[in-house]
Amino acid sequence: MARNEQTGIRAARWYVPYLLLLPGIAWLGAFFIVPMASMFQTSLDGGLGNYSTVIADNSEVIRRTFVFAATATLTCIAIGYPLAYFIATRGGRYKNVLLALVVLPFFVTYLVRTLAWKVLLFDGGPVVGILQDVGILGPDEGLLNTDIGVIGALTYNFLPFMVLPIYVSLEKIDRRLLEAGSDLYASPFRAFRKVTLPLSLPGVFAGTLLTFIPIAGDFVNADLLGSDQQTMIGNIIERNFGQEFFRPELSALSFMLMAVILVAVLVYARLLGTEEIA
Amino acid sequence: MSAPPAPTALAQDARSSASGLAVLGRGGPPPWLRRAGRIGLAVVAFGTLLYLFIPIVVVVVFSFNEPQGKYNYVWNQFSLDAWTDPFRYEELRDALVFSFQVAAVVTVISAVLGTLMAIAMVKYRFRAKGVIGTILILPLTMPEVVLGFSLLTLFVSVNWARGFVTIVIAQVMFSVSYVATTVRARVRGFDWGLEEAALDLGSPPWRTFLRVTLPLILPGVIAAALLTFALSLDDFIITYLNSGKDTTFPIQVWTTKKSRVPPQINVFSTAILVASIAIALLGVYLTNRRAKKLGA
Repeated sequence: MARNEQTGIRAARWYVPYLLLLPGIAWLGAFFIVPMASMFQTSLDGGLGNYSTVIADNSEVIRRTFVFAATATLTCIAIGYPLAYFIATRGGRYKNVLLALVVLPFFVTYLVRTLAWKVLLFDGGPVVGILQDVGILGPDEGLLNTDIGVIGALTYNFLPFMVLPIYVSLEKIDRRLLEAGSDLYASPFRAFRKVTLPLSLPGVFAGTLLTFIPIAGDFVNADLLGSDQQTMIGNIIERNFGQEFFRPELSALSFMLMAVILVAVLVYARLLGTEEIA
Repeated sequence: MSAPPAPTALAQDARSSASGLAVLGRGGPPPWLRRAGRIGLAVVAFGTLLYLFIPIVVVVVFSFNEPQGKYNYVWNQFSLDAWTDPFRYEELRDALVFSFQVAAVVTVISAVLGTLMAIAMVKYRFRAKGVIGTILILPLTMPEVVLGFSLLTLFVSVNWARGFVTIVIAQVMFSVSYVATTVRARVRGFDWGLEEAALDLGSPPWRTFLRVTLPLILPGVIAAALLTFALSLDDFIITYLNSGKDTTFPIQVWTTKKSRVPPQINVFSTAILVASIAIALLGVYLTNRRAKKLGA
């Protein structure tokens, strides 16, 4: 990819590419970069104290946000990887149909999709009924307003973002490598561990970014399906932006959220050894 | 004295045939375990698909519900009322119309800006390409609530009233990156020599663009435009933070969620779902036909 773009032609007039880029970059500059700077500046109104105040006031919410995001992301990997693997290796001529089923949820608005979970998790609903019959839930226990309910819906909402990149990376693997592995007496499990898994890690990495980041900033699931015990950082921003949105604390909170995510992504990239993607 | 070698040969035979079996079985776990693994994988895969699928079924099925009370959360009885009277709640209808208006404007602006950027990124060699590539990706790596809230602080600090214009600004901001990325992937490997050939043959630049460049990049642009339209209709968080008093379909659902959740929401969602599937199938059909044509 990089190589291809290196060989791009040099424009007859040097400013041609810049002219093509100008409208888009101007838009991004004015409405993405400038706002970030504006938010950062707002967060410093009254000094750095905003950060310590906001962190002290919301420490439990902050902790919960990242625990929820990490749990939901790991669940996405745990169930999304097998699905992607199944489609890539056993999909056969139904591959495209199966992939279409994976993206089908995106054809229903996010908010309405999440509302459907309210139907499913209702105290008298089918899921609670079955779990009570099996004995996983006690007779008085439910799923609405619980951590599990919110994390389950978060996982559901972002799962396709995990499945698709993993599928793409699995699909790209050269089958001959696996054949070579088995010719050299590697068991299927060992071949998977030594060949397939490492080669699919870029997909897992991309999928993790695409799920962890939006989940960490979400407020819809916690609001619709949770109670005060499931409040996330996004909810704090959502509840307060209307009245006193100039409040520097909210800017500090947003900025902190972004900074933590950036650091987490960099650490994760280093751990997975896929820095070139980040 | 000719006897002793025999056992060794036998033993060797036995060993090699054992390893022969091992090759057949490729070592590792016994067949039953592998079979169990296979079945286990299929079960997890289909379970996960079901997990993705069930809420969609709920949305569709509950469009035929006649709820008791104001919330369409518990199944009561089958009814076509919501389908025969989809526009019963005017504010919901108006919000849907507004959503489509926003999506149309956002799609046109993003498609033009994003396509120009994609062409510049693929076709030309220039300085600052790396920086611009990063700026393009950056909005996609931030939580929506941060993007939306930072934009809001800007609008507030310059005293800009929120409404249609600020919603369009916000949505184009994140759509442009999607368009640029999608079109870029499609025009990579494009033969720019064709353009030069047309120019050499005396075709004026605007005509070259219309007759040569555009037809070649059009499938990519259309795919990106459809994606943008869908993203715009779907977006809630960024739009909500910058909407002021104007209401898109998701915002309407959000603001009335505490007072009323009528089955009409499900009717509209189901209709959009069916339309999206139809468009996707049409797209697949057209792509196949084009591929066949080009192949023939």
